[in-house]
Amino acid sequence: MKRELTCVACPLGCSVTVEYTENEVLSVTGNTCKRGEAYAKTEITNPTRSLTSSVKVNGGMHPVVPVKSDKPVPKDMLFECMKVINGTCVDAPVSIGQVIISNILDTGADIVATNID
Amino acid sequence: MLNYDLVVVGGGPAGMAAALKAKECGVESIIVLERAETLGGILEQCIHTGFGLHYFGEELSGPEYAAKFIAQVEETDIVVKTDTMVLDIDENNVVTAVNKNDGLLKIQAKAIILAMGCRERPRGALEITGSRASGIMTAGTAQKYVNIDGYMPGKKVVILGSGDIGLIMARRLTLEGAEVKVVCELMPYSGGLTRNIVQCLDDFGIPLRLSTTVVETHGKERLEGVTIAQVDDKLQPIESTKEYIECDTLMLSVGLIPENELTKNVGIGIDRITNGAVVDEMRQTDHKGVFACGNVLHVHDLVDYVTLESQIAGKGAADYIAGKADPAPVYVNTTTGNGVRYLVPQRVNVNNKEDIKLYFRVGQIYKNAKVVLECDGKVISSKKKVKLAPGEMENVIIPADVLASMSSDSSIVVKVEE
Repeated sequence: MKRELTCVACPLGCSVTVEYTENEVLSVTGNTCKRGEAYAKTEITNPTRSLTSSVKVNGGMHPVVPVKSDKPVPKDMLFECMKVINGTCVDAPVSIGQVIISNILDTGADIVATNID
Repeated sequence: MLNYDLVVVGGGPAGMAAALKAKECGVESIIVLERAETLGGILEQCIHTGFGLHYFGEELSGPEYAAKFIAQVEETDIVVKTDTMVLDIDENNVVTAVNKNDGLLKIQAKAIILAMGCRERPRGALEITGSRASGIMTAGTAQKYVNIDGYMPGKKVVILGSGDIGLIMARRLTLEGAEVKVVCELMPYSGGLTRNIVQCLDDFGIPLRLSTTVVETHGKERLEGVTIAQVDDKLQPIESTKEYIECDTLMLSVGLIPENELTKNVGIGIDRITNGAVVDEMRQTDHKGVFACGNVLHVHDLVDYVTLESQIAGKGAADYIAGKADPAPVYVNTTTGNGVRYLVPQRVNVNNKEDIKLYFRVGQIYKNAKVVLECDGKVISSKKKVKLAPGEMENVIIPADVLASMSSDSSIVVKVEE
């Protein structure tokens, strides 16, 4: 199987072609550096994304507080993670770095606050 | 009348970095005037990550980047007034401001740093016909509704403008359950970072239509749909390509404009291309003791560079207050050559003993071109760049020894050679 993707490791945005089977990546071409090769491999085998969103707050200065995943989560779990985040409520006060949801959907990533409230 | 050595207008990343640097350089009394409830500026609503990669070597969200500077400000004796709006600056550096607690404030400053940031171009400035139905807003406004107020502005969204704010909000709204139907971009290329095209549009199957614009909105009370059309090479809509798209929200991401009302009111010279003040290498405007930095000077892509630029302004203001500024500067204007839209600073004092970095943007996309710096007709540097884009700010350095050989008749040109 073959796939073409745009590398996002740096502003160049090289067009990279990856040839792969169900079990392994066969070749990566079009990249101009090693980071591109690594990105392309991960994108095919286990694409992940950082997730940022906001969580309802009780008794804070604002109705919501911004949060982020402290590690990237599997790309195909973004919407499921959003469901969990949107079903969550946290009581003020909130501090930066406070864990709001621990190990979300068993991904190994925590959802942490990125501002105070 | 209050007296402060330094008044900083705006407490976002620019104002904070400038104030902190000025304090570090020995300025005694500093006051920061911020119109919002907290310091942090626009970063407070930019909850996505990607800030601080250069400055801190970390990938932070906007609020986290701001928090690092807020913490530093809190450790100093810098006075901060939030919920405070600056109304006027006069030729004698008297700043007039107002807030609920103090009422009207009049502050005599020795130096002023302008760090007011920028605002978004609104629908009213565009040629889109149609009634003023609700559901039409700028991307930054939608960002504030979602990330600060916890509201969803709509369910079926069309976005005009493929700059980073529009792309980031395309992803944000999609994650929150909206259907983003299309992103229309007037130009034949996107203004946003490639990583955002991939992670905000491609990831969610949101189509990007280049050379396309919105020509009409439909709906009386609430937006019901928009008419989009392709444009020709003069950016004029092509009648036969008109297409109706049903939606309840139109988000506009069509340009940022430095907020320079205060600057213009006191007669400070403005650069027509950047829409910010004309400044020298210390970011001093043509009014003595008045400096500008951050988005109010020229719109930046990376807050890391805002911080660095604002530190220059902070030091410049500190030197001015201490009477250390050059009493007889020799200014040479910087000149834009082929392909370069603007240069900041617009002029440099060639008595400077240190290298000077010039920032610029190109007017179109270039591939495998050279950025050339020419001083007095001699090529000083010629750097090969695989890609140059209007959406990515670049820089060149004038070495100190080259400055030393210049006089008031000298020329400094930055250009692109293909």
